[in-house]
Amino acid sequence: MRRFSLTSLLKEAANGHQGWERQWRAPEPKKEYDVIIVGGGGHGLATAYYLASVHGVTNVAVLERGWIGGGNTGRNTTIVRSNYLFDESAGLYEHAMKLWEGLSQELNYNVMFSQRGVLMLAHNHHDVISFKRHVYANRLNGIDNEWLSPEECKAYCPPLSISPDLRYPVLGGALQRRGGTARHDAVAWGYARGADSRGVDIIQNCEVLGLKRHPDGSVAGVETSRGTIGAKRVGVVAAGHTGVVMSRFGLRMPVESVPLQALVSEPVKPVFPCVVMSNAVHAYISQSDKGELVIGAGTDQYVSYSQQGGIHIINHTLDAICELFPQFGRMRMLRSWGGIVDVTPDRSPILGKTPIEGLFVNCGWGTGGFKATPGSGHVFAHTLATGEPHKINAPFSLDRFRTGRLIDEAAAAAVAH
Amino acid sequence: MLLIDCPYCGKRPEVEFHCGGEAHIARPEMPTAVEDADWGSFLYYRTNPKGLHAERWLHGHGCGRWFNALRDTVSDAFVATYEMGKPRPDRDEATASSPSNA
Repeated sequence: MRRFSLTSLLKEAANGHQGWERQWRAPEPKKEYDVIIVGGGGHGLATAYYLASVHGVTNVAVLERGWIGGGNTGRNTTIVRSNYLFDESAGLYEHAMKLWEGLSQELNYNVMFSQRGVLMLAHNHHDVISFKRHVYANRLNGIDNEWLSPEECKAYCPPLSISPDLRYPVLGGALQRRGGTARHDAVAWGYARGADSRGVDIIQNCEVLGLKRHPDGSVAGVETSRGTIGAKRVGVVAAGHTGVVMSRFGLRMPVESVPLQALVSEPVKPVFPCVVMSNAVHAYISQSDKGELVIGAGTDQYVSYSQQGGIHIINHTLDAICELFPQFGRMRMLRSWGGIVDVTPDRSPILGKTPIEGLFVNCGWGTGGFKATPGSGHVFAHTLATGEPHKINAPFSLDRFRTGRLIDEAAAAAVAH
Repeated sequence: MLLIDCPYCGKRPEVEFHCGGEAHIARPEMPTAVEDADWGSFLYYRTNPKGLHAERWLHGHGCGRWFNALRDTVSDAFVATYEMGKPRPDRDEATASSPSNA
């Protein structure tokens, strides 16, 4: 792998940028791997990267049905934060946040991680109580989060309207200063490049069709659109299509797949300094470095794989945006799209073993998986390398839906994910 | 936005409806008698198919009645609606009974 540095940039600038090599190979699948990862999104590629870099497991393949980073990795609103309520979630997302903070350096790839702050607005008494509870719980877990008055919110984010005659007036906000955004494609590409250079095979246009098992029931490999590939362990990291892949393996899952939408405006000069989330009126907004306002909307209410959602969902979000930020009322929206997210009953992910020996799953990130990409990959790599969960992901077992020990962020948090 | 054919009111916009999730999941007769795994399966595990899906809908801002629907989760098109308590129609029958939505 040729490293990016000032010298290499200058050299290539003089060379008309003709000397850059491909960032990863396009290998033919081998007969057998130690570990096969199903799904080449951010989480799958991060898993492969940490398997190789931390655990020295390099005989690894990432199988991707389409192209890497072409699913939810390329469709999310790129928000990164770790201010989750429960200890288990705080541990997982803060683990990811710490990895984000050194990620560009570690990967030698600019993921454009920008800790511009994530401000979550409270619009009613319940929000205020709930967010203050979050602030205190986060601080006990060593995660930065602070309560701001409406005036302090306005000072931090000047485009915000704190007028008392808003339909949903701003009563304050919880600010995580270490939160922010990152460049989603660069995350997938950086991990792909790092994994590939350590010997991981990234195999695109390769759909997994079924599971091959030994007579004792354990995993022997996978059937794919490019033939049968043997594997000692298989990790499914297929996001919204986890249910589809697992049903091909004969397993039902406690997830349902729904469309989640996002949209971007025409690009404008820098006008929006941070990320603002408002869960009560359901809108998130930030400004990309290209200048587009990036806006996240809600999910549809029904199971769907259509990668498009109802227009009334984004209308509802834009109503809220225009009310909170009146100056955006005349901006035009350029594109909107949907991604298929796999939602668990408790809105917490599933990372760990399955009933089949040698088959592991990393799914259920629902509407908030991007922020966890490095942490998810890091602990899932540990799980795949050792066969046992890392202590950070141990509570996120599939078995919790039998024992009843849920991590019920959805009910307790009053926050979007 | 989906246009949903309520069996009682006819075609109405989706915002009048609430989706009640997968249909035909029977609550165990004796919850105390089932194993944890079976109870978990009843509560949490879902078919989540990519294709035809039987689900419950409530016309909350209309007639206020529940009904079942068969919907294709790839195209989001409703294939058929049918009464609560009736068995899931098979695909050919469903397509034939509601050609306008097929």
